[in-house]
Amino acid sequence: MSDCGPAAIVQFLWLIPALPIAASGVIALLKQPKRKAAARLSIGSLSISLILSLAAFAHVLTHWINLAAEKVHPVDALRETVNFTWLQFGTSTVDLGWILDPLSAVMLVMVSFVGLLIFIYSTGYMAHDENYTRFFCFLSLFAGAMLGVVISNSILLLFMCWELVGLTSYLLIGFWYHKPSAAAAAKKAFLTTRVGDIFFLLGIVWLFSSTGTLLFYNHGTGSLEGWALAGLLSQHAGLGLTAAGAIGLLIFAGAAGKSGQLPLHVWLPDAMEGPTPVSALIHAATMVAAGVYLIARVYPLMQAGALTGGTTTALTVVTWVGASTAVFAALIAVAQNDIKRILAYSTVSQLGYMMAGLGLGGVAVGMFHLITHAFFKALLFMGAGSVIHGIHEEQDVRRMGGLKVDMPVTFITYAIGMLALCGFPLVFSGFWSKDGILEAAQVAAATSVAKAPFYMLVFGALLTAFYMTRQVSYVFFGNYHGHKSAHESPSVMTVPLAILAFFAIALGAIGTPAWPWFRAFLEGRSAGFDLHGFAEPGLLALMATSSLVVFIGLGLGWRLYGNNTPKPEEPDALEKSAPWVWGVLRDKFYVDELYGVTVIAFYAWWARVADWLDRRVWGGAVACVTWAFGLWAQLNRFLDTNVVDGSFDKGCEELSNSGGLLARVQSGRVQTYLRILALAVVALIAILVWSARP
Amino acid sequence: MTPLTGYLLVAALLFAIGLAGALVRRNAILVLIGIELMLNAANLNFIAFWRYGPHPEALTGMMFAIFSIAVAAAEAAVGLGLVIAIYRHAQTTDLDKMNRMKG
Repeated sequence: MSDCGPAAIVQFLWLIPALPIAASGVIALLKQPKRKAAARLSIGSLSISLILSLAAFAHVLTHWINLAAEKVHPVDALRETVNFTWLQFGTSTVDLGWILDPLSAVMLVMVSFVGLLIFIYSTGYMAHDENYTRFFCFLSLFAGAMLGVVISNSILLLFMCWELVGLTSYLLIGFWYHKPSAAAAAKKAFLTTRVGDIFFLLGIVWLFSSTGTLLFYNHGTGSLEGWALAGLLSQHAGLGLTAAGAIGLLIFAGAAGKSGQLPLHVWLPDAMEGPTPVSALIHAATMVAAGVYLIARVYPLMQAGALTGGTTTALTVVTWVGASTAVFAALIAVAQNDIKRILAYSTVSQLGYMMAGLGLGGVAVGMFHLITHAFFKALLFMGAGSVIHGIHEEQDVRRMGGLKVDMPVTFITYAIGMLALCGFPLVFSGFWSKDGILEAAQVAAATSVAKAPFYMLVFGALLTAFYMTRQVSYVFFGNYHGHKSAHESPSVMTVPLAILAFFAIALGAIGTPAWPWFRAFLEGRSAGFDLHGFAEPGLLALMATSSLVVFIGLGLGWRLYGNNTPKPEEPDALEKSAPWVWGVLRDKFYVDELYGVTVIAFYAWWARVADWLDRRVWGGAVACVTWAFGLWAQLNRFLDTNVVDGSFDKGCEELSNSGGLLARVQSGRVQTYLRILALAVVALIAILVWSARP
Repeated sequence: MTPLTGYLLVAALLFAIGLAGALVRRNAILVLIGIELMLNAANLNFIAFWRYGPHPEALTGMMFAIFSIAVAAAEAAVGLGLVIAIYRHAQTTDLDKMNRMKG
C-alpha cells in the first residue's frame, strides 16, 4: 500500500453503493406517474456506479500489473481499505470501512454491469405495470445494498447491507402483493433467510467478542489477519472445533440461508413469484451469490488452521453442503414444469457448485463460477422473461413449444445461456468454471478420503445438461401448445440478452487452464499465457470426462424430449417410465411438507400455547390488576367526596361567611363610617388615659 | 374651679353636641352644621389654652383660631357646594340614601 494514503478512487468507493441508494430515496418521493424520471434516475445512478466500479477495477488491475512486474508478494499489497470509527462504547469501538481488493473489484463490476443490463431490460418488461416507480425504487435500493455488501470491510457494515438486501428481496418477491402466492412467497423468503441470519449474527458477536474488532483488514489488526486468527485458533469451542471453525460455520449458516443451500433452499424456488427481472437480478445473479461472496470474503477464517494442502472442518462442511445441494436441486429441477422454477432449482444447484468450489479449491475457483454463472443465469432468466412476455404471461413449459420460429433472438441467446450452464465444452464460460470446480474436487479426492463430492458434482453436471435440454425442448422445439399468438420482445429486452450472451461465451477466456488470469488476479500472482497449463496430469482426462458427461446429458434429454414434447395433458416422458420417482421429484422430495409437519407444526402448536397463555394466564393477571386498581380508585373516590371534599368545602364556606361579615361594614353610609371613627377615637383616648394614669 | 376648666367644659359640651349632630342627623346640611360646631369647640380650646397658658402675650392662639375660621369658611363653602351637587343629582339630601359608594 502506498505511503500517501489510499488513492482517490478508494477514498470515494463509498459513492458506488451510495448513488443507487440516494436514487432510490429520491424515487420514493416521486409521484406514481413519474415513470420516466424514476427509470432515468435508477439507470443513471447505476451507470455512474458502473463507471466508478470500472475505475476501481482498473485501479486494482494496474496495481496488480505493476506489482507482478516487480515480483513482490502482492496478496496483501493489493488490498486497500478506508476505515473509520462509527461508535465508541467505553474502550471498545465499532469500526466501519470499505475495501478494494481483486475480490471486491471483480464483484463490483459484475454486480453493477449485470444490474444495469437488468434495469434496462426492466423498462421493457415492466412497461405496463402501474407501480413502475415503486419497482425502480426497490430495484435501486437493492443494487445499492448489494454493492454495499461487496465493498464492506467491516462485518457489521456487511451485515447491515446484507439485511437491506434481504429486505429488498422481500419487497420485490412480494411486489405483486395482491397475489396471495406472492405475499406468501415473500414471507417465506424473509423468514427462511432469517434462520440463517440468526446464526450469522451469533457468529458476528462471537467474532467481535473474541477479536475485539469488526474489521476484516486493518493493517494487521483486523479479524482476518494473522494475530486475530492465531487468537481464534487457540480457543476451543468444543466438538473438536476451534473458535475460528465454529465462527466460520455460524457465518456459513448465514450464507447458506441467503444462497439457498440445503436445508434452507426452500424459499428460492418460491421467490420466482416476483417479477422476472427481479428473479434474474436478485435470485440468480447477485443476491443469492452474496452468500458465496461472504464465504470468499471470510475465507482466511474458514481456512485457518489448515495444514498445507489440507482442509478444515468448516471447509469440509461447506463442501458437503454444496455438493449435496448441487445434486439435490438438480434432481428436483428435472421434474418441474414452471419455466422459472426449473431455473430456480438450477440456481440452487449451481450455488451448491460454487460452495463446493470454495470448499475444495479456494476463493478463485468458487468466485469464477459465481461470475460466469451470474452472466449466463441472468441471461437465462431474462430469456425466460422474454418468453413469458412474448406468450402473454404463461409460465408452464408444457403450454409452450416451437418458439424458436417466433422468437429467434430469444431462442439463440437462450440456447447460448443453456449451453453455458450445461458446461458445453471449450466455447462456453460455464465449461471452464465448472471444470475448475471438478478439477479441484478431483485433486481433493486424490488427497483425502472423501471422494464422494467429486462423483456427486459429476452426476450433478449430467443432470444439469439433462434438465436444461428438457426445458429447451419444451419451450423452443416441437409444436406450440399455447392458445395466444407468440411475438418477439422489443429490442430494449433483446439487446441486454445479446450483451449477456456475448459475455456468457467470452468470460471463459479469462479462466482457462492455459491462461488462468482470473485465478492469478484474485490470488495476486502473475499469470502468463502458457499452453502447458493443459499438460497437468489428469486435466485433459477430466476435461474429456466432463465433456462426455455433458454430451450424455444433452443426448439423453434430446432422445427423451427432442422434437416430440408431449401435449399439456399427456404425462411427461420420464413420468411414463418411472412414475414413482417422478412424483417424488415433482414434489421436491417433500421438503416443504416435511417442514410443514415439523417446524411449522411445532410453531403452530407453540403459537397456540402462547395464545392460551396470553389469554388465560397473562390476560387473567392483567384483569386482576385492572380489577384491583378499579377497587382502589373507588375507595379513593369515596374518600375524596366524603372526607377531603367535605372539609375543604366547609373551610371555603367559613371563609366566605367571614368575608361576608366584614363586607357588611362597608355599607356605603358615611355616617356609619363616622360612627366607627368616633368610637375608635373614644377607645384610643380611653387607652391613652388608662396608660397615662399615675 | 378655675376659669380654664369652665371654658374647657363649655368647649367639650359644644364638641359633644356637634358630634352628636353629625352622627345622628339625616340631613346633610345639618351634618355640616354639626361639623362646624365641633370646629368651633376646637377654636374655643385654642383661645382658652392661649389666654391661660404660660405666654399669653404671644398672639399664637388667636392666630390659630383666625386660620381655623378661614379654613372652616372655605370648608363650609365646599361642603355646601357638594350638598347642592348631590341634591341636583339625587333630588335629596338624605345621607342614608347616599350609600352607593360601597365596594
